[in-house]
Amino acid sequence: MGKNLFNKVWDLHKVAALSETQDQLFIGLHLVHEVTSPQAFQELRERGIKVKYPDRAIATVDHIVPTKDQFIRPYQDTLAEEMLQAVEKNTTEFGIPFFGLHSDSRGIVHIIGPENGFTQPGMTIACGDSHTSTHGAFGAIAFGVGTSQVRDLLATQTLAVDRLKVRKIEVSGARGPGVHAKDIILRIIAELGVMGGIGFAYEFAGPAIAALSMEERMTICNMSIEGGARAGYVNPDQMTFDYLKGRPFAPAGDAYAAAVAFWKSIASDEDAQYDDVYRLDITGMGPMVTWGITPGQGVEVSGNLPRIADLDESEAEITRKAYEHMGFTEGQKIEGAKIDVAFIGSCTNGRISDFRAAAAVVKGRKVAAHVRALAVPGSRKVKEQAEREGLDVVFTEAGFEWREAGCSMCLAMNPDKLVGRQMSASSSNRNFIGRQGTPKGRTLLMSPAMVAAAAVEGAVSDVRKLL
Amino acid sequence: MTDNPAAIKSIEGRALPYQGNDVDTDRIIPARFLRSVTFEGLGEEVFIDERVDENGVKKEHPFNDPAYQGASILMVNRNFGCGSSREHAPQAIMRFGLQAIVGESFGEIFAGNCISIGIPVFTARETVLQELQNLAQREPKTVFKLDVEARSISFNGKSIALEMNSSVRTALLGGTWNTLDELLQNMAQIESVYDRLPYIKGF
Ligand code: SF4
Repeated sequence: MGKNLFNKVWDLHKVAALSETQDQLFIGLHLVHEVTSPQAFQELRERGIKVKYPDRAIATVDHIVPTKDQFIRPYQDTLAEEMLQAVEKNTTEFGIPFFGLHSDSRGIVHIIGPENGFTQPGMTIACGDSHTSTHGAFGAIAFGVGTSQVRDLLATQTLAVDRLKVRKIEVSGARGPGVHAKDIILRIIAELGVMGGIGFAYEFAGPAIAALSMEERMTICNMSIEGGARAGYVNPDQMTFDYLKGRPFAPAGDAYAAAVAFWKSIASDEDAQYDDVYRLDITGMGPMVTWGITPGQGVEVSGNLPRIADLDESEAEITRKAYEHMGFTEGQKIEGAKIDVAFIGSCTNGRISDFRAAAAVVKGRKVAAHVRALAVPGSRKVKEQAEREGLDVVFTEAGFEWREAGCSMCLAMNPDKLVGRQMSASSSNRNFIGRQGTPKGRTLLMSPAMVAAAAVEGAVSDVRKLL
Repeated sequence: MTDNPAAIKSIEGRALPYQGNDVDTDRIIPARFLRSVTFEGLGEEVFIDERVDENGVKKEHPFNDPAYQGASILMVNRNFGCGSSREHAPQAIMRFGLQAIVGESFGEIFAGNCISIGIPVFTARETVLQELQNLAQREPKTVFKLDVEARSISFNGKSIALEMNSSVRTALLGGTWNTLDELLQNMAQIESVYDRLPYIKGF
């Protein structure tokens, strides 16, 4: 019986067995950002410990940076300023490569890793951020950790972790028009539940996944964690190798051929074993929208919201809470629900292909008068590329604000926030209560093209009608 | 062999029952409180948006309820702590004064974060949690004892078996839940992995 990628990569990086179930695992790439690292650096400083392999880490700032007046320092938000200064000081003091405010490679940590070629197949990657699963799109084992583990990583480049089980999710069927990677992952989470993946890494496979671009694969892997799976990955293939070719930090010249040989070798064997297999056929599936307070509470845009009486008792409680927060009525249609804010961006959908898809919908149309619409590139490179293609003009002419790169309205750590009970159509990954900055704010997750449609219609709309 | 002073063998005290499934870490500690370079003061902000209304008036909430003040054990339901990896969530719970958590299941990163700061996390079936939460609600003065060695909870002369991952149990009993010292011991092996990885040294 063959081995799957997860176990191949794990075994390659295993340093020692620590206990019955726990291994010490070497992490090939440690991604650092300003929110979850300061306490870890402080502990190292207090204990007089150096960073073991500063060259196996990179750092950036993304969560707290404003997306407007980004370069005017000191920031008005003194707490944000303090965090920015801390990461500047810590990375200098400990010798970690830093893509700071003025670096043209700066952006959301999960966007700059891949686009610069840091993220490669066969690596183990960790970051004090749950969406580290994004990097699995390259056939890496990538997962989020807390601050104590960031400390462990800095000091030893290793973690004490339990090996995960592996569930293969085989997706077949052809995508219809207006259906994007975001719709596929929202569908998977709706089917398997937000805790279905606990204890598992998800291997996304099958013809429908193989047909996705690298950026689309990142969207899928990014949201593995929303399904409870700490890591998600796609086996590397020619598309992966082509994507990496020529990236600034990817192997080049003779090294590239050697790298490809290694990358091929770590893919799951044909006869690999899995702890579980789940199959999904996406034929005929429409665009998805979440209506509730967990990413698993999603329906097709043409569908109706669930009736509590039809649900399993274990689902009833969170569904009731979702209705209470969102103000929807049982059984109602989601299409036509009025929105106040449209947000395109985040590590889930803040890449160039996302802005292209949204711009195609927005072009020649206007954002509804009552809607505030933001387009926020995930990195400075994405922003530059979009501007080269004139997408910024498409967005601003339609009435979108075109912003500087950052996490923006995905979470409430910078000035981009909802107000009061505002309803947001968002291309981000979490619709948790309070996530977008106000305790009563409401979030509907959808693809960037669907956000664009909602922005111009002023309400949740089926993007297929605008294509 | 003398005991490691960091060993955690049992937690005894009153309980704070908090009901609800899929409670994410944004609810436990909203992101705006992450704008800090320390974990200080987080105990006051735990679940703040549920506890206080727009005008700063306290609402009815288990974390506000005087009956549960001074409790040591948090009792929760399914998939508690899902979402963001922020260690600020268990830090806030710990700084509020809670020392251990019993629940049906947990977000994986959250559970790992709890252990790495010395908060034992136990799991049990839905019906067990309901019984425990009901008792804590009815009789808030009940004293519970969580036993890491036996993986159990006892109260009123009764004992119920709980579950705990065996590596977690070993780490708590041995006082090695702060993983850094253990990891630092294997420097030679760490270096040999570094040297053998093809993407570091090979190409
Ligand atoms: S975009 Fe959102 S989910 Fe992604 S790293 Fe930033 S805050 Fe986290």
